[in-house]
Amino acid sequence: MNNKPKIGVYVCHCGINIAKTVDVNTVTEFASHLPNVKVARNYSYMCSDPGQLLIREDIKNEGLNRVVVASCSPRMHELTFRKTLAEAGLNPYYLEMANIREQCSWVHEEGERATGKAKKLVAAAVSKVRLLEPLQEKEVDVEPATLIIGGGIAGIQAALDIANAGFKVYLVEKTPSVGGRMSQLDKTFPTLDCSACILTPKMVDVASHPNIELFTYSQVEEVSGFVGNFQVKVRKKARYVDVDKCTGCGACAQECRLSGRIPSEFDVGMGKRAAIYLPFPQAVPAKYTIDSQRCLFLTRGKCGKSPKCVDACAAGAINFEQKDEIAEFKVGAIIVATGFDVFDASRKPEYGYNDYVNVITSLELERLVSASGPTGGSVMIGTGEDASVPREIAFIKCVGSRDKSVGNEYCSRVCCMYTAKLAHLVEEKIPGANVRVYYMDVRAFGKGFEEFYDRVRREGIRYIRGNPSEIFKRGDKLVIKVENTLTSTPMEDEVDLVVLGVGLEPRKDAREIIDLLRLSQSADRFFLEAHPKLAPVDTATDGVFLAGCAQGPKDIPDTVAQAKGAASSALVLLSSGRVKVQAQISFVNEATCRGCGFCVEICPYGAIELVTVNRMGHQVSVARVNEALCKGCGACAAGCLSGSVQQKSFMDRQILPQIAVLGGMR
Amino acid sequence: MNTEMQGFIQKYDLLGCIQCGRCTGGCPVTVRTNLNVRRFVYDAIDQSMLDNLAKLPEIWDCTACNTCAVRCPKGLKPVEVLIGLRNILVESGVIQPTVRDALESVFREGNPWDKPRAIRSDWMQGLEVKIAEPGKKVENLIFVCCTIAYDPKVQVIAKNLVKVLNKAGVDYGFIGDSETCCSSEVHNLGEEGLFEMMVEDNTELLNSYDAARIVTISPHCYSTYKSQYPNLKAKVIHYTHLLKEILEENKLEITREFPQKIVFHDPCFLGKQNNVFDEPRYILGRIPGAELVEFERKRERSLCCEGGGGKMWVESESRKERLAETRVNNARELGATLLAVACPFCILTLDDALKAKGFEEEMRVAEILEIIGELV
Ligand SMILES: Cc1cc2nc3c(=O)[nH]c(=O)nc-3n(C[C@H](O)[C@H](O)[C@H](O)COP(=O)(O)OP(=O)(O)OC[C@H]3O[C@@H](n4cnc5c(N)ncnc54)[C@H](O)[C@@H]3O)c2cc1C
Ligand code: SF4
Ligand code: SF4
Ligand code: SF4
Ligand code: SF4
Repeated sequence: MNNKPKIGVYVCHCGINIAKTVDVNTVTEFASHLPNVKVARNYSYMCSDPGQLLIREDIKNEGLNRVVVASCSPRMHELTFRKTLAEAGLNPYYLEMANIREQCSWVHEEGERATGKAKKLVAAAVSKVRLLEPLQEKEVDVEPATLIIGGGIAGIQAALDIANAGFKVYLVEKTPSVGGRMSQLDKTFPTLDCSACILTPKMVDVASHPNIELFTYSQVEEVSGFVGNFQVKVRKKARYVDVDKCTGCGACAQECRLSGRIPSEFDVGMGKRAAIYLPFPQAVPAKYTIDSQRCLFLTRGKCGKSPKCVDACAAGAINFEQKDEIAEFKVGAIIVATGFDVFDASRKPEYGYNDYVNVITSLELERLVSASGPTGGSVMIGTGEDASVPREIAFIKCVGSRDKSVGNEYCSRVCCMYTAKLAHLVEEKIPGANVRVYYMDVRAFGKGFEEFYDRVRREGIRYIRGNPSEIFKRGDKLVIKVENTLTSTPMEDEVDLVVLGVGLEPRKDAREIIDLLRLSQSADRFFLEAHPKLAPVDTATDGVFLAGCAQGPKDIPDTVAQAKGAASSALVLLSSGRVKVQAQISFVNEATCRGCGFCVEICPYGAIELVTVNRMGHQVSVARVNEALCKGCGACAAGCLSGSVQQKSFMDRQILPQIAVLGGMR
Repeated sequence: MNTEMQGFIQKYDLLGCIQCGRCTGGCPVTVRTNLNVRRFVYDAIDQSMLDNLAKLPEIWDCTACNTCAVRCPKGLKPVEVLIGLRNILVESGVIQPTVRDALESVFREGNPWDKPRAIRSDWMQGLEVKIAEPGKKVENLIFVCCTIAYDPKVQVIAKNLVKVLNKAGVDYGFIGDSETCCSSEVHNLGEEGLFEMMVEDNTELLNSYDAARIVTISPHCYSTYKSQYPNLKAKVIHYTHLLKEILEENKLEITREFPQKIVFHDPCFLGKQNNVFDEPRYILGRIPGAELVEFERKRERSLCCEGGGGKMWVESESRKERLAETRVNNARELGATLLAVACPFCILTLDDALKAKGFEEEMRVAEILEIIGELV
């Protein structure tokens, strides 16, 4: 190709997004006089079919060999226009975008100066595009397997979809059983399906599917590599029970000296378990686990004369010698489905959650109303002899959500509906009970939600508008200090039971996953998706996807939908079998590199290492870029003191002239 | 939107309110007055209503306890809207004579009690008190509070502090007659202009000392210096911080047995507003022989005694039971023999309530410093 630059400049109106502020005709006219510019045009939507056609025709007819599109951010449409160039037979990296929307028309009001700035941005792009070099895109093979972290409904659904499509899945769950929060729920809004009935079959499928390798009571310890080729290390924690022998009969737990003495995590402290336990009856796998932090034998080396569990176990499954095991494997994609924690109600001390047994959270109530729960499904306050049935019951919504004072400004999205559900269930369980719901707003936005809200109101649940401020005790009643804001009446409402509609928060140990996969968090501290609208299951790390509440609060229907989305995104990768690697990567000029290793430290992807080379008879150390790992972030190039690392398409000699134009100098 | 209206809306972030009602729900005085602070936040958006709102008598029922602000999920300070309305009255000059006198007294004499500046340190007579000198290093600069300095009923608090400091051998200095009102109540009464002036003057005065920290006796001074004086050089603490430190370092020994059942009342300006809950309890816990009990409504859920927010100068029209009386009743139900507080205003309101109820025989209200002073 004749390499004398022949540049086409295309100024986009973006409807009125750009044209309202920037005078596109003036910019086009200006561009047409810039050096090496052969054609300059403007058009209403450059990204549209006819817009792209303009470029392709000009490449053909005018012999263009460089293209500048002055429109939106390259994050939006760089790929679009690269494809346009490629379709017209031009190397796609002969493209430069001038962002006159986000960086100009959207942030300025005054037309004349905005137009002036747009001219500069275009001139800068023109000066750079002349210096660009063609780049070749490489492809690598994709390992046809997926790692899924978290075995809640999100992880389970994604695992089943991928496995059913014929690809291998490694599903890693931290606790002894899959199921997540959904397994703790009794019924589910808005249809009142029994949670266990719809979940348990899926849990069983996950365990028995030939394409799924299930790791429970396990943790991902290390992830290295890149999209298509991740190396994973998983620690399978010792259960001290041989899962091949354990029949799940439960004789050990009945006999355990600590039986009924340890608060059950699954029952959120409302029930008790033994040191050897199955979290809940339908747990998958149905294998017992010894809690090594509590077990007498494991913590003190002695459990009476001999451990009772050992004596009780006919299968001889208990093995105190068991050690953690490490499993290593390769995957092409990773799905993060680690879910959520509920808001810790003690962080709102005005509600007295730490002080009163009859102030409980919604999750605790889920366990109380559940037939498999600690009370067999009856709603009781307290335990044993003192247990009583509450008559006056109040729900408080938005506890720990929409609340700046605890740093959670977001709405948790499920509490309005689960409160309606729980209020209905309580009313059903305690005939004649007076149930009221204190609310600020009712958000019943999903399919069937408003109808469900209508139903529970007509069943006699009182909705009172006002968010309670304080709870204290007077005699044997709890007093709720609250204002009915519809009548402007401050009240002291006396009740027997308060249920706090706690919000959803990121997992307390989310940091581990962030560090493992270099994920980002959004302002609400949940994992950040690549784009809130157009890439809701992707992350900034290629090949890593999000599903379920790990990405933000959502109900089960939305969780399942997102899990299916993440599964399909992973499948796109796996089934294509090959993945393009970034072309605009960094490279090292080994002749000038001083081997200081600064870039090695800077690189957030571990893509640079120091190697020893022979330079004129001397063994010297220089930096080298692993092309498969480099993401082209350019951090190393910016950091290198000797200018020896350069990034393709962003080399000093390409961007310095561009910067000079912006600064008005040459 | 005209500019004055924007002023009120923006100053108090009125458009941020979601009308949830947590402010009014938590407001302690709703059980005895018509005050509904949420309504004020709502109604004040309409600028044409401001003058009428300012005329409603209940704006003077607010005790500035700050519960509404602490509870607001959107970060508003509803109490400040009421203070803004008081400001409209103050500016227009139509205020109760008692309020006017208190404000004038602060302007002239540096205290709201209409007492001459020259006798501010009279309480020190007969005591060995170290006075700090501007420019000279001092670890703890003590700020006394106008009420404690002038009101014979509570002067004992300062006297006992002197005793404790001397015994413990800590480096301290009092300010003396140049000490001037922190103006917490000036702000709460709505005199913004005077408040700003006092902040400037006091900042200059306090910064003239080379102090590591300013130790306040009243939680009202503590809270005001901490949150409304942005330019103080020294760190501001409450005396309970210092006293806890002294006891932890064993610089002071409480030797005498004190077989009393003590219940501590959390002052709003110390507890709710500044999360100082543990220090007073630690100090009381060090008293040999004493038994500590707790109110049902304690710490973050403590009930206001109605001493703040200018209530010293404005009598409520309500004839319903005062909150201080409720508090004294609750203390008696607990079988407490001593109702301990850490604030001069609480002393005044609770002691009045105790007398009104006729409980003097069985119970006593005392400041922590008073108790400790008696025991060392
Ligand atoms: C009280 C309450 C009632 C609700 N009621 C309803 C309802 O009626 N209807 C409805 O649609 N929704 C309801 N929801 C919402 C529902 O619980 C969620 O939509 C659903 O549980 C989200 O599933 P998930 O898989 O994303 O997360 P989770 O259920 O939280 O599952 C995440 C899984 O990941 C595991 N994990 C976490 N970290 C790691 C790690 N580092 N390594 C390995 N594994 C890890 C966890 O142990 C867990 O098993 C309710 C929520 C609450 C709090
Ligand atoms: S060793 Fe003892 S404490 Fe541990 S699980 Fe067995 S019976 Fe329970
Ligand atoms: S920072 Fe530059 S000089 Fe240093 S090792 Fe890296 S490439 Fe070489
Ligand atoms: S400061 Fe206290 S008394 Fe005043 S409105 Fe707020 S909560 Fe009520
Ligand atoms: S608490 Fe805050 S948001 Fe709620 S009504 Fe009061 S001022 Fe408005």
